Amino acid sequence: MGLEEKLPSGFLLTTVEQAAGWVRKSSVFPATFGLACCAIEMMTTGAGRYDLARFGMEVFRGSPRQADLMIVAGRVSQKMAPVLRQVYDQMPNPKWVISMGVCASSGGMFNNYAIVQGVDHIVPVDIYLPGCPPRPEMLMDAILKLHDKIQHTKLGVNQQQAAREAEEAALKALPLIDMKGLLR
Amino acid sequence: MTERKNPEGPGPNGTEDAFPAQRDDTGEVIATRRGMFGANNGGDTTGYGGLVRTVRLPGASQRPYGGPGGGEEGFGAFDEIADELEGALDEQGLIPENVIDKTVVDRGELTFHIEREHLPVVARILRDDPALRFELCTGVSGVHFPGDKGRELHAVYHLRSITHNRLIRLEVSAPDADPHIPSLVDVYPTNDWHERETYDFFGLIFDGHPALTRIMMPDDWQGFPQRKDYPLGGIPVEYKGAQIPAPDQRRSYS
Amino acid sequence: MTTAPHSHSSAGHHTASDFDTAESLARETTEGTVYNVSGGDWDEIAASAVKSDDERIIVNMGPQHPSTHGVLRLILEIDGETVTEARCGIGYLHTGIEKNLEFRTWTQGTTFVTRMDYLTPFFNETAYCLAVEKLLGITGDIPDRASVIRVMLMELNRLSSHLVAIATGGMELGATTIMIYGFRDRELILDIYELITGLRMNHAYIRPGGLAQDLPPGAVDQVRAFVKKMRKNLPEYDKLATGNPVFKGRMEGIGYLDLAGCMATGATGPIVRSAGLPHDLRKSQPYCGYEDYEFDIPTADTCDSYGRFLIRLEEMRQSLRIVEQCLDRLEPGPVMVADKKIAWPAQLALGPDGLGNSLDHIKKIMGTSMEALIHHFKLVTEGFRVPPGQAYAAVESPKGELGVHAVSDGGTRPYRVHFRDPSFTNLQAMAAMCEGGQVADVIVAVASIDPVMGGVDR
Repeated sequence: MGLEEKLPSGFLLTTVEQAAGWVRKSSVFPATFGLACCAIEMMTTGAGRYDLARFGMEVFRGSPRQADLMIVAGRVSQKMAPVLRQVYDQMPNPKWVISMGVCASSGGMFNNYAIVQGVDHIVPVDIYLPGCPPRPEMLMDAILKLHDKIQHTKLGVNQQQAAREAEEAALKALPLIDMKGLLR
Repeated sequence: MTERKNPEGPGPNGTEDAFPAQRDDTGEVIATRRGMFGANNGGDTTGYGGLVRTVRLPGASQRPYGGPGGGEEGFGAFDEIADELEGALDEQGLIPENVIDKTVVDRGELTFHIEREHLPVVARILRDDPALRFELCTGVSGVHFPGDKGRELHAVYHLRSITHNRLIRLEVSAPDADPHIPSLVDVYPTNDWHERETYDFFGLIFDGHPALTRIMMPDDWQGFPQRKDYPLGGIPVEYKGAQIPAPDQRRSYS
Repeated sequence: MTTAPHSHSSAGHHTASDFDTAESLARETTEGTVYNVSGGDWDEIAASAVKSDDERIIVNMGPQHPSTHGVLRLILEIDGETVTEARCGIGYLHTGIEKNLEFRTWTQGTTFVTRMDYLTPFFNETAYCLAVEKLLGITGDIPDRASVIRVMLMELNRLSSHLVAIATGGMELGATTIMIYGFRDRELILDIYELITGLRMNHAYIRPGGLAQDLPPGAVDQVRAFVKKMRKNLPEYDKLATGNPVFKGRMEGIGYLDLAGCMATGATGPIVRSAGLPHDLRKSQPYCGYEDYEFDIPTADTCDSYGRFLIRLEEMRQSLRIVEQCLDRLEPGPVMVADKKIAWPAQLALGPDGLGNSLDHIKKIMGTSMEALIHHFKLVTEGFRVPPGQAYAAVESPKGELGVHAVSDGGTRPYRVHFRDPSFTNLQAMAAMCEGGQVADVIVAVASIDPVMGGVDR
């Protein structure tokens, strides 16, 4: 976000990357974006038994400006979509999105006029978490995977190269409709 | 389960006993069904392709209506309600036959089909008459019958009397071309949001509602999504090697 | 005030005299009066706002706000700290479930309705199934065991719903301890759900005609243990909150709605009971055999948030009583109607993969009975037909009267299902409770209504 982005690639940048990743992943502040059933499971994850405080994340910020993780928990309606995008835009960079539950990820069973068929139509998603609703353990697993992703985030020139590589890989990948064979 | 030789046959609780008697001779035809398996684009080799059936809702009932607390000769609470309502309409100088289109007793529930222009009067009587006292309206539910020509849009009200512990249903209909029904917000303020919801989903315009605007859908939404002529709006789902159409695009049993 | 877009450019379509006077800027349409506000008018509006010399501010809370109970949008007009006008914006969670139901079989419907008010799944399912059973005319044929288990699950659900109401209500007041308590006890109930239905939420366990499957071994013991534990835990809420001066100070006299107001706004559940009317469908219109259980309807005469809180606490105790009676009344027997044209063909049993058909049934349809296989296939893919007509079934959900209006046209799929959700109706009372009060009290009042947006918007 500042100096580190301008560092030349090499040993110094990798070290800064690791330090920045470690710092960032250790203090993620989720924004409250509870929408439906998944929101209740998200609250459960924050409460006593599952205790998100173990990962330094129990403080859900009411204001998006103080948050860097948006857990989209529940079905996103056409009416909610602009609100969701606005909240996302208000969050400062760097920011991450977990699409919690099958409704947020793909519309799920509500394939109809009212629901946005996947929150990735509106905001970029880092982790898709299936389940209806996902168990708190699954949410914690998604959060840990996100921590891992944050830890290994590249910076500066390395980030651009990683983005290029990811794009090339995605272009080469077989489209889903062309995948044949057993459904597994 | 195993001792039964033919588990598919009608048993002691089989279909014949379990279903209420089919009343094919009464009620309006709301739809006509053809075939059996929803194959309507040719190629039905099942032999059921020529089958034509009409769908009729339960029709008007005759006295006595019965109802809970039914005594001699089948007279019950439903008759009491109907008598009181007709008496009160008489007092207001209205002819009950002109107000109540028909009275249906079905599955232990009493339904008054009301001519739409008289709905507020009837609702006010039902609320205020000490012998009726339906204090609580549980809102309005819209139903769209595209096949019921001239009365496509129905608004269904359920009224609950806490005083007398009774429940009745009012049904009002309006044609698609003129979807106006008088609002009941004056009588039952609770219908405020319910009528907005019905307007939002069915396009029924409740005349006299203080602020009839969309409530569920975004303000600039086009169309009324829960009408039968409005598609479900699902998208085809792509999966490995296959594309599954939205539920309303699939073949369905007719 | 509605501002018509492109008001300037559309002026060309009208005669010039339409826009000569200020009055003509308002135009009557079928949807009410539409005001056209074009460029220069803003100066006048701003000038008049300065002149009126008050602190009238319109505050928009939500739809994404930490203390508005889900995606509820509150539009408050405030004068200083006093709310002069309160309005709700809803629909941010509208899911179109009622429309989706029309494209699935009657049995699949439970899978959808359970996701409406996601804190009271068993009430949604039971209300829907009661309506379908009424349409089918099999209300009397539901096995006793199925009804008892339905009642037990509903009462456990009442507990878990009230726990969340108290927990989130406390959290919105800033009391995080009570939130931790509420979710701790709710977890115990979710464990029972998971044991019985396989899922923590969104169960689709209650089906038209009975239940998806019987209780698993060990369920009765676990419920008994839970009742014992919960009896110990419930007094903690009393200790923590009931006599707590801060808690009382925030809630007493707040969100006032008397009986006349309740009747007018159609409010039911704890709200109408806090106004002193012991109206409870479990007593007045018993379903699922509620007439055979002993329990009391708690009421209060304070008409305020604190009264509703006390009623919720007392209802939890009564629910525990009912759950205990259910356990005593459980007799072995079927949990689905005997009619094979309606009952799910397989006795679902917990397989090694967590769920599935019973092995006996698979052996029968694959090995010995072709007819049984056809029947299974037909019932699962096509479903059963429901005679034409309409029915209304209502249950007393933790929030009030949950009514289902189901219409059939004789097909295998619902023609129309409408849910009269108590949250939706009760939320209308928000304005009556909040106007004239303080901004901070709006939160208390909304928390005491306990609206769940999944139920409000469906």
